[in-house]
Amino acid sequence: MDYLLTDFQKEIRDLAWEITQEKVIPVAAELDEKNEFPREIMNVLAQSDFFRLFVPEEYGGLVENGKGMLELCLVTEQLARGCGGVAVTYAATALGIFPVILYGNEEQKKKYLPRIADGTLAAFAVTEPAAGSDISVIQTTARKEGDYYVLNGTKHFITNGGEADIYVVIAMTNKAKGARGASAFIIEKGTPGFEFGKKEDKMGIRASATRELIFNDCKVPKENLLGREGMGFIITLKTFDMSRPGVAAQALGIAQGAFDVALDYVRKREQFGRPISSFQGIQWMLADMATKIEAARALIYSTARMADSGITNIAKESAMAKMFASDVAMEVTTNAVQLLGGYGYMKEYPVEKFMRDAKITQIYEGTNQVQRNVIAQHLIKEALK
Amino acid sequence: MEIIVCIKQVPDTADVKINPETNTLIREGVKSIINPFDMYAIEEGIRLKEAHGGKVTVITMGPPQAETALREAIAMGVDDAILISDRAFAGSDTYATSYTLACAIDKIANYDVILCGKQASDGDTAQVGPGIATHLDIPQVTYVKKIVSINNEKAVVERMTEEGYDVVEIQLPCLFTVVKEINDPRMPSLRGKMKAKKAEITKWTSNDLDADPEKLGLKGSPTQVVKVFTPKRTGEHVMITGEAPEQIAEELVSKVLDLLK
Repeated sequence: MDYLLTDFQKEIRDLAWEITQEKVIPVAAELDEKNEFPREIMNVLAQSDFFRLFVPEEYGGLVENGKGMLELCLVTEQLARGCGGVAVTYAATALGIFPVILYGNEEQKKKYLPRIADGTLAAFAVTEPAAGSDISVIQTTARKEGDYYVLNGTKHFITNGGEADIYVVIAMTNKAKGARGASAFIIEKGTPGFEFGKKEDKMGIRASATRELIFNDCKVPKENLLGREGMGFIITLKTFDMSRPGVAAQALGIAQGAFDVALDYVRKREQFGRPISSFQGIQWMLADMATKIEAARALIYSTARMADSGITNIAKESAMAKMFASDVAMEVTTNAVQLLGGYGYMKEYPVEKFMRDAKITQIYEGTNQVQRNVIAQHLIKEALK
Repeated sequence: MEIIVCIKQVPDTADVKINPETNTLIREGVKSIINPFDMYAIEEGIRLKEAHGGKVTVITMGPPQAETALREAIAMGVDDAILISDRAFAGSDTYATSYTLACAIDKIANYDVILCGKQASDGDTAQVGPGIATHLDIPQVTYVKKIVSINNEKAVVERMTEEGYDVVEIQLPCLFTVVKEINDPRMPSLRGKMKAKKAEITKWTSNDLDADPEKLGLKGSPTQVVKVFTPKRTGEHVMITGEAPEQIAEELVSKVLDLLK
């Protein structure tokens, strides 16, 4: 399908795919096996200007303010065709810096965005052991003391934890107010009282770093508060609205990567004296997989274009894109393993990794159950009008 | 530091087909790329600029479509590009090619280092780089695997040999041909690609060069490709088979000793 991309968008997509083929695919299995962070690949992406795609021009980026969602999706998709872990490491920096782009003041933007454009990694820290889908029960606190906020608590499952230099952290400035008492802070790696804890050993996306952040009387200058006190909840919601298309694009790339391997395999694999691609049962599977991948792509690109056109309320569409693309990714990668039969189950072929990588896309950035809640709430609200 | 990198556009395939009637490459339907060895020269040029300042100019001699190779080099980070293209250059062998490139470099005049890939993946002669240095009458080191140190007067480099490497000191201006061990060429950048699209490519014909017309193109080429072929395998081979390795070894040794008699 032709998505009528601009010449520059095509160049972005093609260069991202070139980098995926040359730098990602050759090392994907090794990074997965060793649980190894893809620092070198991030350096290549930085040198090729890919971190400038979600930073506005006036801060060293390559896009107009409020644009770049489609470009981010194109790059994330191509990277995920090679490795879902590499793709999320890249996209998580966009997630980590969206709060600053959306709610940062001029000084904060001037201080942090040029560093991101040059390739400094960022992370967004909301999740805690007891606060997943329900962020009103966040335990991490920020107590105001003169010119500082003092943070105490633990965040976990933080993508890019330990590897990123810039973190946006949600903490309670007023616990009594529940979700309305949450605030967002920019915290740099190396700030006294800010340490890293357990590094997770995951089922998939193993190249990405997922780690605990521990705050122990961590003093953060009051200039690092994003927006105002109590805005943490809305900042989180709006940030996830912006980042869900990226996760959807990651799922899409994982599905496409698995599909490409499966299609290639069934054309070569012979049983009963002919290629198994000549069997109708196989052909129908291929047709369903390819159609669902294309439908996911159309939904993601359309959502990204909505955002790039300046529409700020994209909660329903971005939830649909994330939910649909990740469900497609799980289905397509499972079928890709099936198409490769016994070989698909072995680590010698990449499809089992695609299947492991796909699962998380149904869980993080809001579970697909939460996405369905969001979609339904919007449907009902729209019907009331 | 003023750096010149000489590149060549070549067909993108390991097994190029040859037209048996004309003994030339069949280029139709084959994508063109920058000669892979020249990528290392471009990367080293950009690294020298990043470390010492100055400018990198990339030049190529070839048909008008070789301009795309120059734009790819700009996307990687070189500053200027010159295309040397003229019907008068058609049929150049390595002598005429290196003479023409040397005339173009003479016109640029201001340079400290010239970088070339060790050879082109299509012709595989490894003669053009050394030829340029000879025509310009400047010193050269071939097969450079590392630039150890460099300033405005001299450089110390490591030159790859079959057994190891030589350490060579050389006066500037000079020419290096480089091997793949020297670096890992960068991918193009998005800003580079934007710049490459808009960049003005300087185009020079034979009229722009202070060159002897007798030394250009087919007329200026003392060598001629008569035939390109894969040499036939000559000589017989014998398979020694048997149960016991000792017995096979003994038979092999006696056969070798027979040959030495």
